[in-house]
Amino acid sequence: MTFEYSSAPESKAIVTIDPVYKLYIGGKFVAPKSGKTFTTINPATEEVLAKIGYAEKADVDKAVKAAQAALKIWSKMAPAERGKYLYRIARIMQERAREFAVLETMDNGKPIRETRDVDVPLAAAHFFYHAGWADKLDYAGVGTNPKPYGVVGQIIPWNFPLLMLAWKIAPALATGNTVVLKPAETTPLTAMLFAQVCEQAELPAGVVNIVTGDGATGAAIVNHPDISKIAFTGSTDVGKLIARSVAGTGKGLTLELGGKGANIVFEDAPIDETVEGIVNGIFFNQGHVCCAGSRLLVQENIQDELLEKLKRRMELIRLGDPLDKNTDIGAINSREQLNKITELSNSGDTEGAERFSASCAIPSKGFWFPPTIFTGVTQAHRIATEEIFGPVLSVISFRTPQEAIEKANNTPYGLSAGIWTDKGSRILWTAKHLRAGVVWANTFNKFDPASPFGGYKESGWGREGGRHGLSAYLKGAK
Amino acid sequence: MALTDGSLTSIKGFLRTLSPVDQVGADARAAMLATRSIKTASKRWAIDMAISMIDLTTLEGADTEGKVKAICNKAIRPDPSDATVPHVGAICVYNDMVSIARTHLDASGGHDIPVAAVSTAFPSGRASLEVKERDTKDAIANGATEIDMVIDRGAFLSGDLEKVFSEIVYIKSICEGKAHLKVILETGELVTYDNVRKASFLAMAAGADFIKTSTGKISPAATAPVVLVMLEAVRDYYQMTGQRIGVKPAGGIRTTKDAIKQLVLVKETAGDEWLNPELFRIGASALLNDLLMQRKKLTSGHYEGPNYVTLD
Repeated sequence: MTFEYSSAPESKAIVTIDPVYKLYIGGKFVAPKSGKTFTTINPATEEVLAKIGYAEKADVDKAVKAAQAALKIWSKMAPAERGKYLYRIARIMQERAREFAVLETMDNGKPIRETRDVDVPLAAAHFFYHAGWADKLDYAGVGTNPKPYGVVGQIIPWNFPLLMLAWKIAPALATGNTVVLKPAETTPLTAMLFAQVCEQAELPAGVVNIVTGDGATGAAIVNHPDISKIAFTGSTDVGKLIARSVAGTGKGLTLELGGKGANIVFEDAPIDETVEGIVNGIFFNQGHVCCAGSRLLVQENIQDELLEKLKRRMELIRLGDPLDKNTDIGAINSREQLNKITELSNSGDTEGAERFSASCAIPSKGFWFPPTIFTGVTQAHRIATEEIFGPVLSVISFRTPQEAIEKANNTPYGLSAGIWTDKGSRILWTAKHLRAGVVWANTFNKFDPASPFGGYKESGWGREGGRHGLSAYLKGAK
Repeated sequence: MALTDGSLTSIKGFLRTLSPVDQVGADARAAMLATRSIKTASKRWAIDMAISMIDLTTLEGADTEGKVKAICNKAIRPDPSDATVPHVGAICVYNDMVSIARTHLDASGGHDIPVAAVSTAFPSGRASLEVKERDTKDAIANGATEIDMVIDRGAFLSGDLEKVFSEIVYIKSICEGKAHLKVILETGELVTYDNVRKASFLAMAAGADFIKTSTGKISPAATAPVVLVMLEAVRDYYQMTGQRIGVKPAGGIRTTKDAIKQLVLVKETAGDEWLNPELFRIGASALLNDLLMQRKKLTSGHYEGPNYVTLD
């Protein structure tokens, strides 16, 4: 007999999922005007979790009006008082952390270990961090007495539903703005739970409004004349669309878009920790990470050794029930995303790259993709240039640091990069030449509310987090 | 395949080929593995495996014949009320207690439990090679089939790797065919993970059958990241040479939870092949009682408390 881990599922009993969710507008849960709903499912089981209100133009309009009304109270409130509300929200999120973690795992498909240890604690940390800023905005480096934009429209993706909500709402509220937020179509549940937290914190009505829906709902927000600023996280294609819509309207805009991050491994890298970093870089959150290290650039003379270790390590990745505390990689968020990952991976095969997938068993129901790497990839392959947004790594070799930089920067994106070497001077030299918003050295996918996050080129405009992120919500703060 | 001929140049050259260890990354990996949730059937399996891996140890100046006999009894039948509990991996004592332990084990049905002796001027290793040689030969003559030697940490830290290497080679030559050699690195004195990795390879290349973290006299001892680094070393050494070297964490592993974390480290680093007492031992004394209490709890559903396990 060998050491097999018995299943250790986190109990679902802690969450109560309503059969139908309404919109959260003006501090009340209201049905959409049209009465339309859509469903959200658990991607690991394909079971329907709830019906969700579908917001259309009229509902968005109502939400914007509520936010405008609330602005009079919120933007005039003593900043320290605003801060208290944010602290209160942060504490409630911590108190209800397990509830958030289980619900996020059910709606998104990501493992409970990750929601428990990363998503939820980081989301709370963003509120704590920005709560502290609320009464210190004069010192944010954007001039004295900075002013909020007003009503901000925020559209967030499905990969980190609650965390992206926190990245958006916390700085907006700290700086005195009010919010109309649209969660992603496939992952609205933790946003609706957050609405309950706002009620519990007795946040003034209309400061946070949550409208659920799809792309059309998002478009209604983007094109609304009374919204002063748009913050969007999502695909580069949609980001470009939004930039076009907003152009010339005077609205503020921040975009956090796609990426094709290079994880660069030099010959003197600490190899076992590098393997962990590669795994964390591309398989964390099923690879649904805009800053994923989806291109592995490895120095040719250690490629064989590194890949052997990486493949051995990949066989240890535990894929399966996301609620099991020992699961490392969960379900792909939707059938649509699974199809996209499958299609791009197949292009890797047809274009001549060599596929290796971990031999883990795939559950019969739900959407799954095994941890996969492609070797023999050239810069011309689609899998080397297009964002796959799944657990698929493209391995490319290089011989000199200069070649590594050239290949790393040879992409329309520029969100993240990783450097693995034992040599401090090489870290500094490489980081200086990389055109990426975030560069990690001997680690990957580390986040902190104090650290600004954002991209170069087609990876986005503006920064989120830190002092830089605050300035995106303050007028005249250029 | 010899990785080094034992000359300083050769040892240095060989150690230079080793990949460095990033401390932050190693700590993070060990911390992640500590979150594995081991329940029900897997917990039961792990508890029994951990019991069979224990080198039940008493290394006190105050040790007596009676104490050594008592732990021998415990080693053979850890829980007198339950015959399904496996016996421990070995008894680990000071040199002068070896024959007492061996005789008592043989007389009490513990023929298959080896006696390990701490040797080579344990725990400091500060003695001449002649003394270390006598110490080791004496232990073997008295019936020790496992020798836990210490490396010369002073020599290691000052760069005299030749001395460290040649001492291990020499002690190994005494043990050859008679006793298993465990080489104690005393990681608490080596401090950095880079040193732990280097010392691990040095010991393996010199002929260690096992590499062991600590004497138990220095803190910190068998921390999870140190064990992780050593397990990576034996795994890599196996890739290089085809030879499997054992690992023995010792010191500070007191609870079932600690022991299970060690087994998780083994499984997800060196692999399932190392999950047996031939290749993984845990040097401990208090741990056994906690494992027994947890084992009873799994069977009966409630804790019986420390009054129901024997104190030795």
